[in-house]
Amino acid sequence: MTPKTLYRKLVDSHTVVTLDEQNVLLFCDLQLMNEYTSPQAFAGLLEQNREVAMPGQNVATVSHIIPTHPVQHRVIHDSASALQASNLKRNCDLHNIPLFDTNDSLQGIEHIIAPEHGMIRPGMVVICGDSHTTTYGALGALGFGIGTSEVEHVLATQTLVYRLAQDMRIRVDGHLPIGTTSKDLILMIISRISAQGARGFVVEFCGSAVESLSIEARFTLCNMAVEAGARGALIAPDETAITYVLQRAPDIDASLRSRALAHWATLRSDEHASFDVEHYFDAEDVAPYVSWGTSPDQSIPITGTIPHAEGSQRARIEHALHYTGLAGGMPLEGLPVDHVFIGSCTNARIEDLRTVAAVVKGRHVSPSLRAMVVPGSGAVKAQAEAEGIAQVLIDAGFEWRQPGCSMCLAMNDDVLAPGQRCASTTNRNFEGRQGRGSITHLMSPAMAAAAALTGYITDVRKLGGS
Amino acid sequence: MTDTHRIEGIAAPLDIANLDTDQIMPKQFLRGIDKAGLDKGVLWDLRFDGEGRPRADFVLNRPEYAGTRVLVAGPNFGCGSSREHAVWGLQQYGIRAVIAPSFAEIFYSNAMNNGLLAVTLSETDIIELMKETTEGAAPMRVEINVDVMIVRSPRMTRSFALSDRHRRMFLEGVDMIGATLAHKADIDAFAQRHWGQQPWVRDVARRTKQRLERS
Repeated sequence: MTPKTLYRKLVDSHTVVTLDEQNVLLFCDLQLMNEYTSPQAFAGLLEQNREVAMPGQNVATVSHIIPTHPVQHRVIHDSASALQASNLKRNCDLHNIPLFDTNDSLQGIEHIIAPEHGMIRPGMVVICGDSHTTTYGALGALGFGIGTSEVEHVLATQTLVYRLAQDMRIRVDGHLPIGTTSKDLILMIISRISAQGARGFVVEFCGSAVESLSIEARFTLCNMAVEAGARGALIAPDETAITYVLQRAPDIDASLRSRALAHWATLRSDEHASFDVEHYFDAEDVAPYVSWGTSPDQSIPITGTIPHAEGSQRARIEHALHYTGLAGGMPLEGLPVDHVFIGSCTNARIEDLRTVAAVVKGRHVSPSLRAMVVPGSGAVKAQAEAEGIAQVLIDAGFEWRQPGCSMCLAMNDDVLAPGQRCASTTNRNFEGRQGRGSITHLMSPAMAAAAALTGYITDVRKLGGS
Repeated sequence: MTDTHRIEGIAAPLDIANLDTDQIMPKQFLRGIDKAGLDKGVLWDLRFDGEGRPRADFVLNRPEYAGTRVLVAGPNFGCGSSREHAVWGLQQYGIRAVIAPSFAEIFYSNAMNNGLLAVTLSETDIIELMKETTEGAAPMRVEINVDVMIVRSPRMTRSFALSDRHRRMFLEGVDMIGATLAHKADIDAFAQRHWGQQPWVRDVARRTKQRLERS
């Protein structure tokens, strides 16, 4: 038998029909939905008088437009956004689709709540009208983002007409240096292979550095693979992944466990499987990475300097520097920020918040800026409160907010003003992403915490202490 | 030849690499539950200044570019967010095709699913075409013939590739869901087999939510 990659195994095991050389009809085990990329899909179903094929394989949450003010009962004051939320509830009720509604205590960002409650299992195909669905590769599930037409297609058929991707393998060996995380690793990888370096590929991450990451750190890695253009990201599920899933999926009880384990053991690329492209990185090369431009691939180590506008990238660099108000040759170290945002599907899990708390404990946020923490979900928030982390953050001067996507894309009322500069744990530093004319510097939670304390972008490793 | 088979009109240059969907359709225009009114938001920050006044120097605001039907764009066009609103908005604005060296994957699917033609040409050809758009006294016009898959500008004629499936979708406007529902028996049989092998994925969303509500 021809050796297969993990990606091909997942595609083959979900192929209902091969449509032609490039396309298969792919069965989708789980569809996640939010309030802003699903309404037109539900409307399309209604227009055509079609049913939802398999409602129990779909779940929805109010995530993008939800306000995050620290109040008990949340009210969406913006009328258009309120309509999106009520419309989602109406659609879910009508079609019997489970929903994490606005005031559900477990509401949160789709990519946080689905895995934390055990809905993502190795070997699944998971799709969502959101590009960061690549996150689930961390558990050996093939996840990818789709548009609203395809959301409607999945609702009506639980399948997708799927164009096959090519195989890329990215191996990272060695140990991540102290003070660096998988966020720094993925920013380094994107900066080296470019914002379209993985376009057309599903990336399998492997190597000793990847294997030693926690599941939450792997989520961050796979989440941002899409910022290199990847159509999916995968990590073969190992002991760490399986333990994570079994702890959260009590329905996989003794009667099913051995079957599940046997199946999951097959979820790895065969030894001689061939990849169309392979990259190799040394984890020792990773430093705390920070973006300087308007694309995630415009990132540098905090110890480095911003590139000069020259060579083939000249126009692009000039354009980005003009927007971010920086100059080639400058370091990012010492650059004052107006805002610190800790949140998003990339970095708003409990481990991220623990990291921030460890950096800021007993210290105080600089009076020169506003710092907010938006936990990824109700469960993360409750956990942080139970562990005392929330109090550490509040005592340090952070705003402790309600869960949601918030300032990652600023669809709610958490928006930066023109010219404001933000140290952000999010995934995109696009022009205007966090508010028109605002400037985003992507970085790890530890680095954002350091910026919050000092008031400027700085190497967290210099802070010392806890 | 019907209008579906041939796109002809003014081509505007948008010489920006990685033009993301946040820029093509900013957040403030994503609050609807239908597809209406998205032409207003297209490339908002590029078209309008902070006070909402048109930027006179932006190509699509120049009077001679009124009625632009084609964009000549940089690589990785449409990267970032999956928002299909970007495609709907471009179409409502009157754009029928985008010609670029490469497209982000989700954008490409969204475009083809809606009949916005995404034409990929080589980087060299795009540089030439981009140059051509800025050289004439009047805006450049292009013609794209989908039947024979050829782009023609005053100075350049190039063929482009389109998968059979996408070409058919574009020309015939296939009802994708209808076509897939013809496989309904196959899908149901597949699901039964799949759940027989992996019972833990059946109804995974509903069962999880019920468990959470009980505890």
